[in-house]
Amino acid sequence: MARAESERPTRGRERAAEPPADYLSLYGRMRLIRRFEEEIQRLFLRGEVHGTTHLSAGQEAVPVGVCSALEPGDYAAGTYRGHGHALAKGTDPEALAAEMLGRSTGVCGGRAGSMNVVDLEHGLVGCFGIVGGSIGAATGAAMSAQRQGRVAVGFFGDGASNQGYFHECLNWAQVFDLPVVYVCENNFYGEFTPMASVTAGGEIGMRAAAYGMTSRVVDGNDLWAVREAALEAVTRAREGGGPTLLECQTYRHYGHSKSDPGKYRPPDEVERWLARDPLQLARARLKELGVSDDDVNELEAEIDATMDRAVEAALAAPYPDPQEDAGGEFKR
Amino acid sequence: MSELEFRTAIRDALDEEIARDPSVVFFGEDVAKAGGVFMTTPELHDRHGQERVFDTPISELAMAGAAFGAAVTGLRPVIEIMFGDFMALPMDSLVNQAAKYWYVSNEQASVPLVVRSAVGAGGRFGAMHSQIHASWFQGIPGLKIVAPSNPADAKGLLKSAIRDDNPVIFLEHKRLYSVKGPLPREETVPLGRANVVREGGDLTIVSAFKGVPDSLAAAEELARDGLEAEVVDLRTLRPLDGGIVLESVAKTNRLLVVEEGPRTGGWGAVVLGIVAAEGLHDLDDCWHLGTDETPAPYSPTLEDAFLPGPAAITAAVRDRLGVPA
Repeated sequence: MARAESERPTRGRERAAEPPADYLSLYGRMRLIRRFEEEIQRLFLRGEVHGTTHLSAGQEAVPVGVCSALEPGDYAAGTYRGHGHALAKGTDPEALAAEMLGRSTGVCGGRAGSMNVVDLEHGLVGCFGIVGGSIGAATGAAMSAQRQGRVAVGFFGDGASNQGYFHECLNWAQVFDLPVVYVCENNFYGEFTPMASVTAGGEIGMRAAAYGMTSRVVDGNDLWAVREAALEAVTRAREGGGPTLLECQTYRHYGHSKSDPGKYRPPDEVERWLARDPLQLARARLKELGVSDDDVNELEAEIDATMDRAVEAALAAPYPDPQEDAGGEFKR
Repeated sequence: MSELEFRTAIRDALDEEIARDPSVVFFGEDVAKAGGVFMTTPELHDRHGQERVFDTPISELAMAGAAFGAAVTGLRPVIEIMFGDFMALPMDSLVNQAAKYWYVSNEQASVPLVVRSAVGAGGRFGAMHSQIHASWFQGIPGLKIVAPSNPADAKGLLKSAIRDDNPVIFLEHKRLYSVKGPLPREETVPLGRANVVREGGDLTIVSAFKGVPDSLAAAEELARDGLEAEVVDLRTLRPLDGGIVLESVAKTNRLLVVEEGPRTGGWGAVVLGIVAAEGLHDLDDCWHLGTDETPAPYSPTLEDAFLPGPAAITAAVRDRLGVPA
């Protein structure tokens, strides 16, 4: 019954049957997330994005690689650093941008904002503003998924692995053999605090062993490695083999939130990770696989134009009318 | 069989709703094979099978999180958080996820979820197994809170709660489980509607849970003094049916709220607030009988004195109205 194993990070092998063009489109999705985060940062500084926002630039390979292993009907739950989770699951960038801007055309009509996006049409059960919440939501979605022939994925950070949700739900999922993949985006900092100084036992992936759960530690900046590990975990889940914990090691390019310049991170560490930018790694790999620069440039231009149009439309959209919003406490 | 026991009412409501709707699932600690620590759910596992009725780890947060995630993806979970006191553990999922989802998602999906618990003092269970957690959730938009006082209502309200598309906190007072009462007249009892359980013209007593039979007993005693109390059973604490209370106060001009719990921050204060804001012109007097601002004590003498039972209610009314005992 116990299937505990924990593997060191490995470079993703090219999947023999998959043409490079498939990866080109996944690279395009990563580029979309990067451009989205850059635009949100810019709009935040202009005062168009309100409150706070948590950007996922630098971590794009994880949601894109994982969601590439899912079927459209599968479920995903994301975090307050969730723009990438939504875009990787298929949320329309214009509707997502409008949500960030608090506009009525937002994916949640402006009621949710940056941290709490829900897009059930694309299987996004929700993004959760409180650390660990996505783990519970994914576990529950997996209970439905088990009866529906689907799979659920829960994204969360290294900080969430010290929450009750993590330990309770890993045990729960293993006991009930749920078709769920727990994806830890380990970016090595819980808000401003280094993960190692508040997390016992070293690798988060190893914690699965305590629950008899299969786990893998993956280079989260390598799209190929993430996709390969996700395909294996999703296939296991769909075939009734139960849950998996994937620890994807990655790094955020921005600080924790809008108010954080990230000065607690040593400059050489930041440099090391920037040199392993997942987009640059993917571009280089595509080139190795024989995809031409022209094809990549063309796709990038297309993505950039999509993003420009999305922002333009979102900025032109109206704010919601408080009169029309009234009375929404209960479904009647 | 002309009478129904409260615990059987709960079991029958679950049994009928699990049979009626294939998306209803019921899970909790010791609820399936053992039939519940208060013997409220025996035989459900045998009748409906492991897919529909199952035991869980002692993991209240995972239970609520799982129920929430399942509810927004097609199931209608009913969970049992054994003692209401344990509701502090799953609060993040209930308050931040289940309660907010319908609104925040811009009505993409609601959360058809029922959370049952045994609540209340008087069982000598001590401070951590005697609370009524209604007031912890009273101020959370998106939640409904149900507070039955008798077997027929318990059955009809639980059936309504399971059929409701919104998250419902359903509280069962421990000292009502063995109470027997008349069979239900209707299949369901609507949520959000209070009920006048005794008519009278001199004073309105508003209560819920065990406080309703206690208020009725007090009203019988007061009738011997020539005081006729009207007793209003709120049945649902959120949304709270202020209309029936205001109607009654318009008739009696006096209001006593009897609440098993501290007066600070309780639902009784909500009732008084509604009457102050909307019925002040009808009001000669109003007050609030609750428990001391301490945790529930263990020792029988202390716990009995802590609770606003029939004698305390009777004495409070006589004292307030200047009626000699």
